[in-house]
Amino acid sequence: MGRRRMGSAILDVTLLISMATAMALIFFYAPIESKMGIVQKIFYVHVPLAWNAFLGFAIVFVASFRYLATRDPKWDARALSAAEVGVLFTTLVLITGPIWAKPVWGIWWTWDARLTLTLVLWLIYMGYLMLRRYVESTERRAVLAAIVGITGFIDVPLVYFAIRWWRTQHPQPVIAGGEGAGLDPRMATTLWVCVVAFTLLFFALYRRRVALEKLRAEADALRDDAEAARAEGANI
Amino acid sequence: MLKTAGVVLWKDLRIELRTKDAVSAALVFSILVLVIFNFALDVNTPEMRRLAAGFFWVAFAFAGTLSLNRSFALEKESGAGRALALAPVDPAGIYAGKCLANGLFLFATQVIALPLFVVFFDVTIVRAWALVVSFVLGSIAFAATGTLFSAIAANTRMRELLLPLLFLPVSVPALIAAVETTSFALGNSESASFWFTLLLVYDVVFVTASLLVFEYVLEE
Repeated sequence: MGRRRMGSAILDVTLLISMATAMALIFFYAPIESKMGIVQKIFYVHVPLAWNAFLGFAIVFVASFRYLATRDPKWDARALSAAEVGVLFTTLVLITGPIWAKPVWGIWWTWDARLTLTLVLWLIYMGYLMLRRYVESTERRAVLAAIVGITGFIDVPLVYFAIRWWRTQHPQPVIAGGEGAGLDPRMATTLWVCVVAFTLLFFALYRRRVALEKLRAEADALRDDAEAARAEGANI
Repeated sequence: MLKTAGVVLWKDLRIELRTKDAVSAALVFSILVLVIFNFALDVNTPEMRRLAAGFFWVAFAFAGTLSLNRSFALEKESGAGRALALAPVDPAGIYAGKCLANGLFLFATQVIALPLFVVFFDVTIVRAWALVVSFVLGSIAFAATGTLFSAIAANTRMRELLLPLLFLPVSVPALIAAVETTSFALGNSESASFWFTLLLVYDVVFVTASLLVFEYVLEE
């Protein structure tokens, strides 16, 4: 228990330092992009969020597999937590994206491969979270959610190829911003620091969510015990 | 497994032949969607005719959720689902039977709706073989994920609501591929080999995955 709390504290402090460094780099170190201007700085938040959202869904996939194999509730708690943080990050990606796109591309949204994939992912994992709300039994909920967590992730490459091919057959409405292509070294440094900071943020949120789920399970067990004891008392 | 699949398929076919619920509901609903498209958009222009395949498959995606919802709701109502789960047979066989039955219902709905579709949208079928392949592979694709998610949704309090929420996002690749292959059959594009392959890959991936996980859906 002590070691775990220690690990949590170290994670939080590292997160604080790296997030502060990331923000400082974004606003004071990274040069202003020549064509897009100041709005391009949202890129340093947008891209790490997107990568970590995807990491979250990968964790859902692995944890779902582990749950079906072991039936250990801790894997279900991990899958749920990763899905929630993943959906939160995807939501932020879908909000920061249009804010960046409007001044640069002139439109809020385009049915480009990556945008569409992100939106479809958001829908799949919202479905996953919705399903969890409507199953009464804890164990059934975990099993059914694990199946959706697995099939949803298997779908990702298929969605990606379908959307990519579907788009390339049509004229592109806008010139897609070529990220990574010819990135200024200072921009690249900032991006990498941001990736580290947001990955730490992901794990800090994820760990808290897992701990919360554990507390909830404990509280449920206590409540069940209390009810059973009360029923026994009534019988006497 | 094959024997179980055959028995389950035959059971569902017999129910359907007696009640005609799944196909007639899906058929009426898909016609309704096509008619509503006609009101919402002016479909009798050359540009709209190029999009006809899209209208057709959207109508089926929605009509499909209707008949798929029924597939396991039926088992829940009469307690047949519990009997199936308790029966000492391979769960994969039960899935295969249900999936085949659902695929057949979807395919039947499409075949019956096709003449109406041709009349409403004034399209010409240029490549009949492609249309048949597109319908068959598309029906299997919808049935593969639809059967799995229908069984999952049947375990919840909100099954009618939940099935489309789970089923439609996962079906996005199948829907795109089905629209493109049908569009090819209607002569709107020159080649669709990528889309036929994708649809086939989708079918193989999701039928296999569902066969493997179905035992977990049935346990209680």
